[in-house]
Amino acid sequence: MISQLVSLWKVFLHLFASNETVQYPSKKKWWWSQPTKVMPYLAPRYRGRIVLTRDPDGEERCVACNLCAVVCPVDCIALQKTEDENGRWYPEFFRINFSRCIMCGMCEEACPTYAIQLTPDFEMCEYDRNNLVYEKEHLLINGVGKYPDYSFWQVAGKTISGKNKGEAQNESPPVDVHSLLP
Amino acid sequence: MEVGFIMILPLVVGAMLGALVLVWWERRLLAFLQDRLGPNRLGPFGVGQMVADLIKLITKHDWVPPFADRVVFTLAPVAIVAAMLMGFAIVPFAPGWHIIDLNIGLLFFLAMTSLAVYGVLLAGLASNNKYSLLGGLRSAAQMVTYEVFMGLSIMGVVILTGSFNMSEIVRAQEDLWFFIPQVLGFVVFLIAGIAEAHRAPFDLPEAEHELVAGFHTEYSGMKFALVMVGEYLSVILTSAIIVTLFFGGWLGPDFLPPIIWFSLKTGLFICFFVLLRAAIPRPRYDQLMSLGWKILLPITLLNLLVTGAVVLLAKG
Repeated sequence: MISQLVSLWKVFLHLFASNETVQYPSKKKWWWSQPTKVMPYLAPRYRGRIVLTRDPDGEERCVACNLCAVVCPVDCIALQKTEDENGRWYPEFFRINFSRCIMCGMCEEACPTYAIQLTPDFEMCEYDRNNLVYEKEHLLINGVGKYPDYSFWQVAGKTISGKNKGEAQNESPPVDVHSLLP
Repeated sequence: MEVGFIMILPLVVGAMLGALVLVWWERRLLAFLQDRLGPNRLGPFGVGQMVADLIKLITKHDWVPPFADRVVFTLAPVAIVAAMLMGFAIVPFAPGWHIIDLNIGLLFFLAMTSLAVYGVLLAGLASNNKYSLLGGLRSAAQMVTYEVFMGLSIMGVVILTGSFNMSEIVRAQEDLWFFIPQVLGFVVFLIAGIAEAHRAPFDLPEAEHELVAGFHTEYSGMKFALVMVGEYLSVILTSAIIVTLFFGGWLGPDFLPPIIWFSLKTGLFICFFVLLRAAIPRPRYDQLMSLGWKILLPITLLNLLVTGAVVLLAKG
């Protein structure tokens, strides 16, 4: 019985506590005043609109490995691999159908190069469903996203022009298998 | 014993409007108690919500399920609202402001609220739906439990006043409001009143978490609206009766007119009902029964005994 009275009192005190509600998208101070825009706090790791990021040197991180397309539970990612004159792989096209995407973030988890990342932005409504199909030019950003220092081709063992085998970070030169010397 | 015919129309309109306002106010206050905002979009502070709700309910498809007992199904909500409105007849809002000054006013109130339970019962029975039937069953069992100590708990007030007349009960409280000498009776009557109004935590006949919507599962449109109006009317009526019996009715310092004092106290109790809904979980079915029979009934009898003894001693 006492606990009932205590809970009555505690709930009553909540009458004077501030509200948790964020009146997205707009809020009025009084009912006659002009609405002002309000946005709820979105954590940096919020799973929203998907972007493709670039290496610190400004080139694309995506190596078109297709892991994101494979792991995607709703099959909303489509891409085609191609190669440039330096030997770097990159997607010829990269397409995400956001009318299917469920923002699960599995593509981000699967990505071996930190290229595909989810961002705290969810305002991407469209009246036409075709406008929800994002091509590479819509997805690619001029930035490194959540991993500023990571550069895939500088840690990968694959040869590209300007970086031979054994020249990557934390990589020893290749062993000469024809020599008997230790 | 004159009947204030002039009062009938304003009272019915006022009670209905009060129920309409409560639809909005309960949602709003409940939201504030839960750190939310509640309906605040339509009009100042969201008061337009009640108009929107009304329009929605009026324009909704009024459907009677083919398996229901059509006549009883239609009449049950009418019976609930009619009984509740009849109950308002004996409430003295201010000196002379009442529809009828019955000598047996208190008994009339008890009779009318008991009649309203028949509406709930028949609604549950006529719906021919298992959830509705369970709601009706619970309503019947609940009524048997709380009607006993509800009637007994206010007998202390009757002993102190020496009358069943509501106006005389209020006048007898000019020196001391009855909730001080009758604190046990007040607590028991409050609990019985909540059960009587089918409000949380004693909303077992509705119990939306277990029985869909209990006795009014099959109701839609204006019939549903009538059921809800009946519930809100009983909230207002119970608050008004509590104020009349235990909190001095229209009595209060002179700087405000009696009707304002009455409305303020009643409003306070309505808010308390909302607070109860926000804070207290619903007891199990058998817990309510054992609370009623094993705790509240003995308390009431004890209260009655002590009150009677004290009054007799004071006289002798």
